Amino acid sequence: MSAIPQSKSDEPSALWHALPWLLALAFFFLADGYHSLGVNILIMILFTLSLDLALGYAGIITLGHAAFFGFGAYAAGLFNLHVSADPLLGLAAATLAAAALGLVTGALILHTRGETLLMLTLAIAAILHEAANHMRDLTGGDDGLAGIRPGAVFGLFRFDLWGKTSFLYCLGVLFVWFLISWRVVRSPFGRSLDGVRQNAKRMRAIGTPVWLRLVAMYALSAAMAGTAGALSAQTTRLVGLSVFELLTSGIVAVMLVLGGERRLYGAFVGATIYVLVQDVAGAINPFYWMFVIGILLVAIVLFFDGGLMGVIETARRKLRRGGAPGAAP
Amino acid sequence: MRAVTILLDGVAYGMILFIISVGLTVTMGLMRVVNLAHGAFAMLGGYVATALTLKGVPFLVSCLLAGAAAGAAGALAEVTVFRPLYRKAELQHVLLTIGLCFIAIAALTLFAGSTPLPAIVPDWLDRMVDIGYRSYPLYRLFLIGVGAVMALGVWLIMERTLFGAKLRAAVDDAQMARAVGINVSRLFFLTFTGGCALAGFGAAVGAGIMPLEPFYALRYLVYFLIVVAVGGMGSFRGSLAAALLIGVVGTAGRYIVPQFGGFLLYLLVFGLLLWRPNGLLPPKSAA
Repeated sequence: MSAIPQSKSDEPSALWHALPWLLALAFFFLADGYHSLGVNILIMILFTLSLDLALGYAGIITLGHAAFFGFGAYAAGLFNLHVSADPLLGLAAATLAAAALGLVTGALILHTRGETLLMLTLAIAAILHEAANHMRDLTGGDDGLAGIRPGAVFGLFRFDLWGKTSFLYCLGVLFVWFLISWRVVRSPFGRSLDGVRQNAKRMRAIGTPVWLRLVAMYALSAAMAGTAGALSAQTTRLVGLSVFELLTSGIVAVMLVLGGERRLYGAFVGATIYVLVQDVAGAINPFYWMFVIGILLVAIVLFFDGGLMGVIETARRKLRRGGAPGAAP
Repeated sequence: MRAVTILLDGVAYGMILFIISVGLTVTMGLMRVVNLAHGAFAMLGGYVATALTLKGVPFLVSCLLAGAAAGAAGALAEVTVFRPLYRKAELQHVLLTIGLCFIAIAALTLFAGSTPLPAIVPDWLDRMVDIGYRSYPLYRLFLIGVGAVMALGVWLIMERTLFGAKLRAAVDDAQMARAVGINVSRLFFLTFTGGCALAGFGAAVGAGIMPLEPFYALRYLVYFLIVVAVGGMGSFRGSLAAALLIGVVGTAGRYIVPQFGGFLLYLLVFGLLLWRPNGLLPPKSAA
């Protein structure tokens, strides 16, 4: 089944599209004291959205997306320390760096598939982890890269202690990337990748340059993950080695499936829930959240295909068909 | 002479990797399930063995019981959560097994605390013996011996029994095996249970060089997966070769170029997988 809505009646209304952004703005004005948590959520949404492009839409099975997040984070940090403090320039540099990494590694590995591809992506993240660990002079090794001091956004808005500027800054960047993703998955290019995911052989038979398309999508996804990493470096002012860990790659896949793949908004739901559960449960006991997330994952895979967004969509459809007139928004 | 020491250390390490990973290799080859929870079963075994040894149970007995416990947990997991999984896509496998991993880590930490476990190598193993040119830890020689025995045992089962013949047939072509009347589901259940038992035993025996701690299931998972991928899924000989290669190269890298040991190891894995996407010694079906 293609997850891209086929008819107009399946398209959610404008109100639904505005909802996440309205919620984010409401959060900005109402949730004083929680802005840094909000920033964390926004960054994770962007990271998850990037994985949705590669894994969800193009079907590139990866356990190494942390490579791009981490590469973007280190690139932004180093750019800030050695080149310029302007946050937007740093963001652009990190995005390009991650895209280049995605292009090169994607070109090398995307002719493989399945478990081999999984291991290759994992190996790339591990290689970067080792490299960052041992290039101490450049990256600070396992002490992390500290001393990042981003300047004001547009030269006007300074990053404050409470994360208000960071929140709007991340929200703006997320919005831009969301529009790009929205456009891409609905373009002929995105549709062709939908086909590649479902049956690469047939797509090749009708003349689609499969490998080229996959590499292009992978690089785009890498660029987006790099942006997320850069935002994390700029807002937390620190890059730790853990950005390259297997757990980071695993967590982003968890967030994606929690929300539901191939839905774009799934990333919003999944990342938000994950970060909130981690924050609440983690405050009780750092291992407690792993338990909750673990149970959630097992339940979702076994019982709810399509994640939480899938559950919401089914509910909406049922409401529209069986419910009273006007029950559906 | 330093080369001999590195070789011995590497082989000891590789043997533990082999004992833990061989079950994963066969199950991944048989059912194409990407099982990221394999490390959790190993970890469970290690924790059980530690708890038993601290209660005064002899080391070897607790290692065997650890294997039994991990096997039982594996059997339970196969019936309850893995069966519905076979028909799903790889991503679902990855997610569900990561979930199992999280649950196992949280549960074991609840019982044993969030600090690394004490080493349980008994006194009779924890000493040095003369091996001609220098003295060498008996424990590592013991690991090599145990690994060799296990490898021989697995080889005998795979190559010399009817069960092994069915298993090899099913790995090569599960559909055809089913068509000639082999009960592949039962085969898989037994293999999964056996693989988990071996992993639990391996983690218990090898705790002296792969210390048990709360994130054991994830920390060493990469190595187990590397053994599977480099060796070739479903290939017993491949996993032995890959485990020894990873053990020796990893150890040599750490001793000779400490800064770049891990880096070289992953680079080697990356290169090997690009060169042979199906592993070093893939079973016939994948070649």
